[in-house]
Amino acid sequence: MPKRIETVVLHDSSTPVLGDIQKGGSVVLTTVDTLLSQARAHALWPLTFGLACCAIEMMCTVASRFDLARFGSEAFRATPRQADVMIIAGRLSKKMAPVLRQIYDQMPEPKWVISMGACASSGGVYNNYAIVQGADQVVPVDVYVPGCPPSPDALIYGVMKLQEKIKKTRAKSFSELRIAESLNPRQMEEVRS
Amino acid sequence: MSVSLLRDVVKPVLTGFKITAKRLGKKKVTISYPDELREQYPRTRWRHYLTRYDSGLERCIGCSLCAGACPARCIYVEAAENTDTERYSPGERYAVRYEINMLRCIFCGYCQDACPTGAIVLRKDFELANYKREQFLFTKEMLLEDYPGQNLEPYKSKMTGAEAPIYRG
Repeated sequence: MPKRIETVVLHDSSTPVLGDIQKGGSVVLTTVDTLLSQARAHALWPLTFGLACCAIEMMCTVASRFDLARFGSEAFRATPRQADVMIIAGRLSKKMAPVLRQIYDQMPEPKWVISMGACASSGGVYNNYAIVQGADQVVPVDVYVPGCPPSPDALIYGVMKLQEKIKKTRAKSFSELRIAESLNPRQMEEVRS
Repeated sequence: MSVSLLRDVVKPVLTGFKITAKRLGKKKVTISYPDELREQYPRTRWRHYLTRYDSGLERCIGCSLCAGACPARCIYVEAAENTDTERYSPGERYAVRYEINMLRCIFCGYCQDACPTGAIVLRKDFELANYKREQFLFTKEMLLEDYPGQNLEPYKSKMTGAEAPIYRG
């Protein structure tokens, strides 16, 4: 029986980079993986993390006109223990950053992060001492949604991009995917070599 | 207090179904987004484009007024001189580099207001989400349209190709 070779991508599943770890896997398990990723992609429970005005658009996305429930994401959870995806909606101040990191650490694997709006993604107009210049300095971000604030359909497009990414993901466990982010660059080189 | 079948079961259920029946006749408000787009207002401001004159020459003259007007400081312009052999814009200079950081941009449209030649315009492409920071640095090649008036048609969705109707008051 031919052995199917899978690629376990270290950092970002959408763009395979040189030096990805190659692993052999059985055909049966890849099918289970596909099934799992399909299930994960279509029941993304977001964490309510409204920080500023983007949260208003996030609420509108769940309301009846745009209806995020069509993508299985209507159940916004107030506790990180029950959430899959964290939507950082709004500017992240330096005082809030440790809180965000702690809540991210409390979310169970697999977990994803959507950075919504200009402020969360890069600081936006607030290039000053109080605002973190991009939430990816604190947590690994999967999808960036530009806009100030992004309209509900732009956010839905971001959610669909995340679903595409999850469906493409092939890994035995998601802790394998996330291991890269806890390593420093030197350790990354060791893992890759 | 005893449970009455009529008062405690039948009546509340009927009251609930009355609301359902009332709503049944009404038009649904949900827009099934990837399959149909909501109408876009005439002054919707999303993705930038660098436009051309009808002759095909670029409108941008590399004056950096857009970069000066930008509150988020997300535009970078580098100008160079036009020569008779290499002519990009009708004026003396053209933008050899024009970059916009889409993550920092707040889509306020001040660059559009500041532009003396109407080169930079904000059109209706709102599907901009992506996976990596590097993908949001829009260079001149990405911003410049291929032919004059390329993006004046109603916006089509990247996902399904559905067309957005234009709001008509």
